[in-house]
Amino acid sequence: MRPFQYMRPDGLGHAGQLLGDGARPIAGGTNLLDLMKLEVEVPDRLVDLNRLPLGGIEPTDNGGMRIGALVTNSACAADPRIRRNYPVLARAILAGATFQLRNMATTGGNLCQRTRCYYFYNIDQPCNKREPGTGCGAIGGHNRIHAILGASDSCIATYPGDMAVALSALDATVEIERPDGTSRQVPVREFHRLPGDTPQLDNVLEPGEVITAVILPPPAGGRQLYRKVRDRASYAFALVSVAAVVRMDGDTIGSAALAFGALAHKPWHDPRVEQLLAGQAPSDALFHQAADLLLQDAEGQGENDFKIPLTRRTLLAVLREATGGAA
Amino acid sequence: MTRSLTMDRPDDRNRLDAMAQGVIGQPLDRPDGPAKVTGTAPYAAEYPVDGMAEGVLVTATISKGEVTAIDEQSVLSMPGVLAVISDQRMTARAAQGGAGEAPVQQVRQVQYYGQPIAVVLAETFEQARDAAKHLKVTYREDDDAVTDPHDPAAPTETYDEPIDQGNLAQAMAQAAYAVDVTYTTEGHNSAPMEPHASIAEWDGQTLTLHSSLQMLAYNQKELADSLDLAPEQVRLISPYVGGGFGSKLGISPEGVAASVAAMQLNRPVRVVMLRQQVFQCVMRRSETTQRLRLAADANGRLTGFGHEARVSNLPEEEFAEPVTQASEFLYPGEHRRLAIELARVNLMTAGSVRAPGEAVGMQVLESAMDELANAIGMDPVELRLRNIPDQHPSEGIPYSSRKLVECLKAGAERFGWDGSDRTPGQRREGEWWIGTGMANACRVHNINEAQARVTLSPDGTAIVASDMTDIGTGTYAILGQIAGEMLGLDPADVLVQLGDTTLPPGSGSGGSWGAASTGSAVFEACEAIREHLAEQLGTTEEELTLKDGFAIAGNRRVALPDLLAGAEVERTGHFKPGEITEAFAAAMYGAFFAEVAVNAYTGETRVRRFAGAFSMGRVLNEKTATSQCMGGMVWGIGSALTEELTFDARDGHLVNPDLAEYHIPVNLDVPHLDVVLVDERDPAGSPLQAKGVGELGICGAAGAINNAIYHACGVRVRSFPMTPDKLLAELPDP
Ligand SMILES: Cc1cc2nc3c(=O)[nH]c(=O)nc-3n(C[C@H](O)[C@H](O)[C@H](O)COP(=O)(O)OP(=O)(O)OC[C@H]3O[C@@H](n4cnc5c(N)ncnc54)[C@H](O)[C@@H]3O)c2cc1C
Ligand code: SF4
Repeated sequence: MRPFQYMRPDGLGHAGQLLGDGARPIAGGTNLLDLMKLEVEVPDRLVDLNRLPLGGIEPTDNGGMRIGALVTNSACAADPRIRRNYPVLARAILAGATFQLRNMATTGGNLCQRTRCYYFYNIDQPCNKREPGTGCGAIGGHNRIHAILGASDSCIATYPGDMAVALSALDATVEIERPDGTSRQVPVREFHRLPGDTPQLDNVLEPGEVITAVILPPPAGGRQLYRKVRDRASYAFALVSVAAVVRMDGDTIGSAALAFGALAHKPWHDPRVEQLLAGQAPSDALFHQAADLLLQDAEGQGENDFKIPLTRRTLLAVLREATGGAA
Repeated sequence: MTRSLTMDRPDDRNRLDAMAQGVIGQPLDRPDGPAKVTGTAPYAAEYPVDGMAEGVLVTATISKGEVTAIDEQSVLSMPGVLAVISDQRMTARAAQGGAGEAPVQQVRQVQYYGQPIAVVLAETFEQARDAAKHLKVTYREDDDAVTDPHDPAAPTETYDEPIDQGNLAQAMAQAAYAVDVTYTTEGHNSAPMEPHASIAEWDGQTLTLHSSLQMLAYNQKELADSLDLAPEQVRLISPYVGGGFGSKLGISPEGVAASVAAMQLNRPVRVVMLRQQVFQCVMRRSETTQRLRLAADANGRLTGFGHEARVSNLPEEEFAEPVTQASEFLYPGEHRRLAIELARVNLMTAGSVRAPGEAVGMQVLESAMDELANAIGMDPVELRLRNIPDQHPSEGIPYSSRKLVECLKAGAERFGWDGSDRTPGQRREGEWWIGTGMANACRVHNINEAQARVTLSPDGTAIVASDMTDIGTGTYAILGQIAGEMLGLDPADVLVQLGDTTLPPGSGSGGSWGAASTGSAVFEACEAIREHLAEQLGTTEEELTLKDGFAIAGNRRVALPDLLAGAEVERTGHFKPGEITEAFAAAMYGAFFAEVAVNAYTGETRVRRFAGAFSMGRVLNEKTATSQCMGGMVWGIGSALTEELTFDARDGHLVNPDLAEYHIPVNLDVPHLDVVLVDERDPAGSPLQAKGVGELGICGAAGAINNAIYHACGVRVRSFPMTPDKLLAELPDP
C-alpha cells in the first residue's frame, strides 16, 4: 500500500474541496482498500465520507424513495419499504457478495465498484483501464468473465455489480454533488459508460464529485425478479444476471423493464427489447425474438462465448417466470 | 528409556480394546478448540517479538530466465526500508513433503512466474509490501518456457515403472462391454486459511523459527540445509497450524527468507506470504489428463484395466501426481496398464495437495466406472460389488482389513439408494433436473516413523510430547485419548504438547499418517509405562487394569500417586514402519452417494444431498474423524464444480490467485453431509488397529457428483471442474 493522507471533511462542500486530483472518496472500503493493497489504486489522499450526512432512506415528494449514498447494502435490502415496493432491488443486493461485505458496502460505493478483470487486478500485467496505453491483457488471455456487448478494442471488462442492474431496470437516478456545491442528477442507465478508448473512466463522475443519493421512481409494481447465474451458490460475481420488472395487462405484457449484468462495461439496458415485448402476448417465440434482438451485436472473446447462449436461456427463464408461464 | 517397534507383521493383540477407560473413539471435543475459537491460540505470525523487521517476498514476473540485476537503490530510500536480500541461501520453491534437504535454491534462476527472487525488509509490513512492488528487477528472458500445462509439445518423461500385464488392447477388443474415455482435471491449490508465515530469531548460534508447518523433524533439516547450519542449530515452533493440506509439508520460501534476513540484520524478522503468494509460489496440485480403459465380461467383471495419466511439474522436481495409486489395487482385471507421464513445465511447483493421487485419480476412475455401469445397464453399486479382487492384482499380496462391501451397503442404506433405473433425465423439479450418483472411495494407508514421549507424573496426570503437528485435524484430542485409554486417565488429565523440535520427532502431519504413526509411538510409550506399573504392582502388563487413575490387578486397587510414590515415569515410544508395508495392500475405503440438481436453463449444479460411508480402521475420535470426512467431501464438491487454477498460457502467470476468483465451496454450496463411520479394526494398519482418515473423504467424491449430473440430465462432463459453461454446451433447449 502506498502511503496516503487520510482526511475527514466537515461537510459535503469541504469534501468537494478536498477531493481533486489524486484523491479518492472512501465509504465502506470493501473495494477500494483491496485495490490499494494491490496498488491498483494509489490515491495520495483518502477523503472519508462516513461522517457526512448521507444516510437514510426517505420517501420523495412524488412517491419514490431516496436512498442516501452511505446507506449500507444490508440496511437497504432489509428496509421493509424497499422489500415491499422494490423487491428486485432487495433481491439484487442480497445476491451480491456476503453478509459481512454487505454490512460495510454502501450504496454509493457499490455503484462505483470497479471491474473484477483479472488483469486489472495484477499490476504486473498490461491493462488500459489501470494504466491507459499499456494494452489489454484480457484480449487474447483469459476472458471467461468478460463482456459480450459494448466492448472495445481497448477494453472488454464488465461492470461486475448486482445492485446497479436492478437500479437500471427500475430506472433510478443518481444524485451527485459537484465540488462547487451544486448538484446534478444522472439516470443510472447513463451513469456507467462503455469503455471506448478511455476505459479508465468507469462512469460519468467528474473529479471532485460525490454521489449523495440514489433516487427511485414511484413503485412500478408488476413482477420483479433478479436472476443471477454464477459459478458457486454464493460469494461469486455474476456470469450473467437479469433484473426484470414485468407488468401484465390481462393476457399481454403491459411493460417489461429489463437490465442485464456481467454482459458489458455497464448494466446493459436495451429499450428496443422492452418495446418489442410491450403489448405482446407472452410466448417462447416472442422471448426468443427478444433474445435475438438483445444479442444481435453480441460478440464473444473465446472463453466467454458461452455467455451468449447463457444470456438467451436466462432471459427465457426470467420471462417465462415473470409472465406467469411455468418453467 | 525408549521402546521401539518396527512394524513387520500385524499386531493382532488389539490392546486398545482390552483397556478399561473407555475414552478411545469417543466424540470428545478438541482440547485446543476453545483457544482457537476465542483467538487466543497463537498462529505463526502472531507471536509478540520485540524489534521485529517485516519482510515481503518479491516474485518473478517472467516464467523462465535469469535475474540479471536487482536495483536495491530503487527502494532503499523509501520510508522504513531496511534492506533488499537476494541471497543464494534463499529458496526458489517449497520443499516436497519428507524431503529433509533444501529445495532448489537458485532464486536468481527463474523457472516459473511467481518464483521468489528476493525479500524486502522494512520497519512495517505496509512499507515492505510497497517497496516490494517498487523494486526494479532486470531479467534475461529465455524463449523456451513451457507455460501451458496442457501443451502437447512439452518435454515429457515416463514416471516410475509403468505396470504392464497381459494384453489390454486385446482384452478391450474382446470385452462384452468396454469403456475408453479421457478426462481432464485442472490444477488445485490447498488454500489454507492461515497463509504461510514465519518469524525468525537468530542469536548467533541458534535460529528459532515460529512457522506454519506440517512436518517439523523434516523441516528442521530442510531449513538447516538451506542455511548451512547443523539441524541442532535450528528450532522450529509450530503448535497451531491454520490448515496445511500438503502445502506446508516442506519448508516454504518465506521461512528461509525470514531466517536469512534475521541472520543478516541481526534482528527478528517476520515474513508473511500475501494471499496471492500462497497461490503462486508454494504448491499446486498438477492438472491431469487421464485415459481410462475398462474391459468387462458379460457379468460385469473387469478383465482389463487401464489407467494412464499425464501430469506436470517443474524441471528437477521428482514429484509426479500419483494418479494411479488406488487404481493399482482397487479393481481386478488381469490385463492391466497403469502409467504416468510427467510433462516438464514452467509453472509453480506441483506437489502434495490433500490426497495426492487419489483425489483426482479416483474421481476420474469412478466416473469411468459409472460409464461402464451404464454401458452394461447395471446398478453401479452392483458393479462395484462384483469387482472386489481377492488379492492385489499385480503384486499378489493380500489385502489388510477391507470393509468396502460394508461401506457400500451402509452408505446406500443411509442415502436411500435406488440403482434400479439409471436412465438419465427422468426427474424434473421446476427448473431443475434431479439425479443421483455414487462412487467408491479409496486411499492408500501410509505410516511413517515417529517418536513420542509420555511422562506419568507423581500426581497421576500425564504429559504426551512430540514435535508432531495438529494442522486442524484433532491431533491434540486423539493423542490424549490414546494415552488416556492406555493409562486409565481422563483425557483432561493428559496434557498434549506438540509442534516444537525440542520434543521427540513425530511423524508430522501428511498422507493421513499422523494418527496411526505418532499415535502408535504414544501407544508404545504407554505400553512401556504400563509394564513399569505392572512391575510396581507385582503383576504382568496383561493382568494390569488402569482406570480412572487407579491401578488394578486381582483384588488390589491402588491410586496411581500411591503406586508412583513420588517418582515420575517417562518413556519414549519409537514407531517404525517395517515389512508390513510390503506385506499387505493396506488402504481405507468408503462409498459416496450424491443427489444433485442441474438447472435446465443455466447449467448450474447444486449438490442437494451427500452421504459417505467410510472405514478407516479403528476410529480414534468419532467427532474429529467425522469432521475429516466432511471436510474431504467439501473438497470433493470444489473439485467437482468450482476449483481450478487458471494460468495464462502466454506468460505462465496465475490469473486467479485469490479467494474471490479461485472458487472454493462456500456454505451455500455444501448441503448437509451425512457421514457414516463403519466399524473396523485393522491389525496391519497399526498397533492401534487404526489407519488414516484425513484424505479419504475426497477420494472419489467428485466422481459421485459427476455421475449424479449425468443421471440428472444426461450430460457426461469429462472435464473437471464441471462449471455451468461446460454443461450448457450439451444441455437440451430448456
Ligand atoms: C470478495 C468480494 C465479493 C463481492 N461480490 C459481489 C457481488 O457478488 N456482487 C456485487 O454487486 N458486489 C460484490 N462485491 C463488491 C461490493 O459490493 C463492493 O465492494 C461494495 O459495494 C463497495 O462499496 P463500499 O462502500 O465498500 O465502497 P468503497 O470500497 O469505499 O469504494 C468503492 C469506490 O467507490 C468510490 N465511492 C464510494 N462512495 C462514493 C460516493 N458516495 N461518491 C463517489 N464515489 C464513491 C470510492 O472512491 C471507490 O472508488 C464483492 C466484493 C468482494 C470483496
Ligand atoms: S479488459 Fe479492460 S480492465 Fe481488463 S485488462 Fe483489458 S483493459 Fe484492463
